[in-house]
Amino acid sequence: MEQRTDKNSYTIIFAIGMVLVVGALLAFLASSLKPIITENERLEKQQNILYAMGVNANEGTSATFVSTDEAPELFDQYIKQQLEVQGGKIVENDQAYLIDVKKQQANAKNGEVRKLPLFVGEKDGKTFYIAPIRGKGLWDAIWAYVALDKNMVVQGAYFDHKGETPGLGANIKQRFFMDDFIGEHLLSDSGTFKGINVAKGNADPKNNNKTDNEVDAIAGATITGDGVTAMIKKDLKLYLPYFETLKGN
Amino acid sequence: MGKDSRLILDPLADNNPITIQVLGICSALAITAELEASIVMSISVLFVLGIGNVVISLMRNIIPSKIRIIVQLIVVATLVIIVDLVLKAFAYELSKTLSVFVGLIITNCIIMGRFEAFALGNSPWRSFLDGIGNALGYGVILIIVGFFRELLGSGTLLGFPVLGDPIEKTGLYAFGYENNGFMLLSPMALIVVGIIIWIQRSRNKALIED
Repeated sequence: MEQRTDKNSYTIIFAIGMVLVVGALLAFLASSLKPIITENERLEKQQNILYAMGVNANEGTSATFVSTDEAPELFDQYIKQQLEVQGGKIVENDQAYLIDVKKQQANAKNGEVRKLPLFVGEKDGKTFYIAPIRGKGLWDAIWAYVALDKNMVVQGAYFDHKGETPGLGANIKQRFFMDDFIGEHLLSDSGTFKGINVAKGNADPKNNNKTDNEVDAIAGATITGDGVTAMIKKDLKLYLPYFETLKGN
Repeated sequence: MGKDSRLILDPLADNNPITIQVLGICSALAITAELEASIVMSISVLFVLGIGNVVISLMRNIIPSKIRIIVQLIVVATLVIIVDLVLKAFAYELSKTLSVFVGLIITNCIIMGRFEAFALGNSPWRSFLDGIGNALGYGVILIIVGFFRELLGSGTLLGFPVLGDPIEKTGLYAFGYENNGFMLLSPMALIVVGIIIWIQRSRNKALIED
């Protein structure tokens, strides 16, 4: 006798039922959790920006953010100005940290003016200019928040990634890599924009030479490293006009 | 009792999913460059396989045999996405560590393999034990491989430098020891798994196939 579960009609009904149940379940879960997730992402952004300008809870060799409870308060305290750079125009926008860099990159491809968010922070009498940048690693997106001084010398950086290989490319968010960027110059001696190369086999693994526009690469993470180089070259260069205006003052 | 405990113990050694059933090799290669990643992956698989086996086992009498593979796939994918969403909302930090593993869990052959070979024909409790056993067997190998790759490749364990500082030349490095960067690349994971298989079969000749 043919089993009930072998019938074509049963198979089709089962498939439709399963899709409906699973679809409804996931849709319900996704939409009910969305506000909490968005809030988490917003706080994380503030933590990232603060981290780049040196407001963090680092201990030993691991990178630690300020806690999520403190983040909004510290963000208001340290970030003095949020700017939106559009071509030569600079507008103040106190929601600039909500600008989606990914969306702006897509806009730029379609020929629209890209809005570049920039955060001006002050700590211990020093002014930091923090720029969010975004690029491609080996598997997926990589992004960073880079804090610069007015001469485009890196004061701090926070890198993150979506899906780089653990132990290899994923190490860009480790302090031994991020801290190498501190003090590196983005400009060459003559003042042209050079970026920072994530270089294999540079003769400076301790990174004593800060004006060579190079940091030491991670072994086994060549493509992620190249992605970091490209991201810095491409996205940070866009801020060059803004830093030129600072020189005038 | 004896029969049930074998469900957990067998996959740890003589019926290990990686070294004997040769399932889940892909993820064993991909994420074992660090011990921490190996541990996180093992726990994730333990969770998904334990629950997934129970769900499939509960549904085993109503799943149409023609589309059973698709049904299994949907169950894994749904479970993993639910876990991911809940973590993102309530344990954001943890979810960021796990993000890369989500895709790897869905495609892990051990999960589909155990659904197909065990959960479809056994009671929920036995399926649960089988899931836990196989995930532990998988985890043991992952942790062994991760231990050697991180130790020999980076000179650290769980991120702590245990052999000294390679740049300052302290500890072992003072005597001219160098990290073997090749250990960090996936071919070495395959070789380490191969060595484990070799040792295991030379100690138990019954495991050697013709």
